[in-house]
Amino acid sequence: MSYILILVGCVFVNNVVLSQFMGICAFLGVSKQIKSSVGMGAAVIFVMTCAAAITYPVYMLLEKFGITYLRTVAFILIIAMFVQFVEIVMKKVMPPLHKALGVYLPLITTNCAVLGVTIANIDKEYSFSKSIVNAVGTGLAFTLALLMFSGVRSTMEHSDIPAPFKGVPATLTAAAIVSLSFMGFTGMID
Amino acid sequence: MSTVIPVIIFAALGILAGVLLTAAAKIFAVEVDERVDKISEALPQANCGGCGYSGCADYADAIVNRGAKCDLCKPGGEKSAKAISAIMGVEVTVGEPLVAFVRCGGDCHVTPHKYDFDGEQSCAACNRFYNGSKLCTCGCLGYGDCVSVCPQNAISIIDRIARVDKAKCIGCGLCAAACPNGLIAIRRISQRTDVFCSSSELARVTHLKCPEGCIGCRMCEKVCETGAITVHDNHAAIDYEKCIDCGKCAEVCKVHAVKRIEF
Repeated sequence: MSYILILVGCVFVNNVVLSQFMGICAFLGVSKQIKSSVGMGAAVIFVMTCAAAITYPVYMLLEKFGITYLRTVAFILIIAMFVQFVEIVMKKVMPPLHKALGVYLPLITTNCAVLGVTIANIDKEYSFSKSIVNAVGTGLAFTLALLMFSGVRSTMEHSDIPAPFKGVPATLTAAAIVSLSFMGFTGMID
Repeated sequence: MSTVIPVIIFAALGILAGVLLTAAAKIFAVEVDERVDKISEALPQANCGGCGYSGCADYADAIVNRGAKCDLCKPGGEKSAKAISAIMGVEVTVGEPLVAFVRCGGDCHVTPHKYDFDGEQSCAACNRFYNGSKLCTCGCLGYGDCVSVCPQNAISIIDRIARVDKAKCIGCGLCAAACPNGLIAIRRISQRTDVFCSSSELARVTHLKCPEGCIGCRMCEKVCETGAITVHDNHAAIDYEKCIDCGKCAEVCKVHAVKRIEF
């Protein structure tokens, strides 16, 4: 039961992008097309899950030697490694997607959503399996937000937007309205 | 001791990451011909698509892997073509830079509009209503379909017809494809004599609608020494391959449809 709670909690109630402001740059940057947002979502899910799986034992190790103050550096190193790995694989297997994601793919390295998950796992004292569920859930939440928003943006392309709002202001306003829709879930789960 | 352990742990992590990534890079290595990157650098990265490929990177790939020609890049012109041919190790002859030319002189002072067009401000849309709002059905509509596709902002609407800024134009030909009346020609930049009309209507009709429209009198055809200017479809047109740009046709033209362009 608690696993389902964690999953629902991160996908809907505490959506990483729309309720916690995390990972906004990729959210705004890659949501122009539905195709690239699916690819980005998959990449983030992969990086998050792997990072959570590796950071858990690494943190145990750091804790054992009493050097938990170094966790940020250690986590960043692990996350960066996986991002690099994804980039290498993607360049080989899916060159068009690699091109479409552009700079936002290496930017996953410093995507605060990814680091946020690994740190949240420790702060909430999750077990290994719960950490994985939390990471997958957060990845799904990111993908969901990205997909919803890319849908909104593809509709916006054909709409008549007042001249001063064209471009970035309209995008940010749309993001605000999408995040408003997630306010309905507030308070369902702590 | 308290400093040694963190160092060891981080060294181990670093080595692990290094080994894993090196292995991944070996397994998933993408063979990139370095000539593709070099050619990409030689191209102007305007991504105009004038070469017929989807952007500069695709054109670079096409040169190396699909045997495309080296001199297709119009914005890059001679400079790019020479750089590319040097990289590919082939000889190439480069022509003069090309620019777009709008074959219509019927601005608002010459040809009136027959109705006010309030619909979507595009030539293609306007052209659907009674062949456009302009009295002349073949002329420039002036709603700027060419302006919106131009990657260089080289076209502007002056006196309700499109005019090309030669200094900015790269001759990519996107505007020629966008014009619903097919008015835009791509020709060499030094050409001074040109026909400012593409009207295919009968002489009397054309002359009533636009006093500067070509009436197909064939005077220019008679004085042309190289046979470059000919009348087809009720209007004169220049074959730029044959034209020596002497300007005799412009001198004899009674309606000033053929003009010398002053630089």
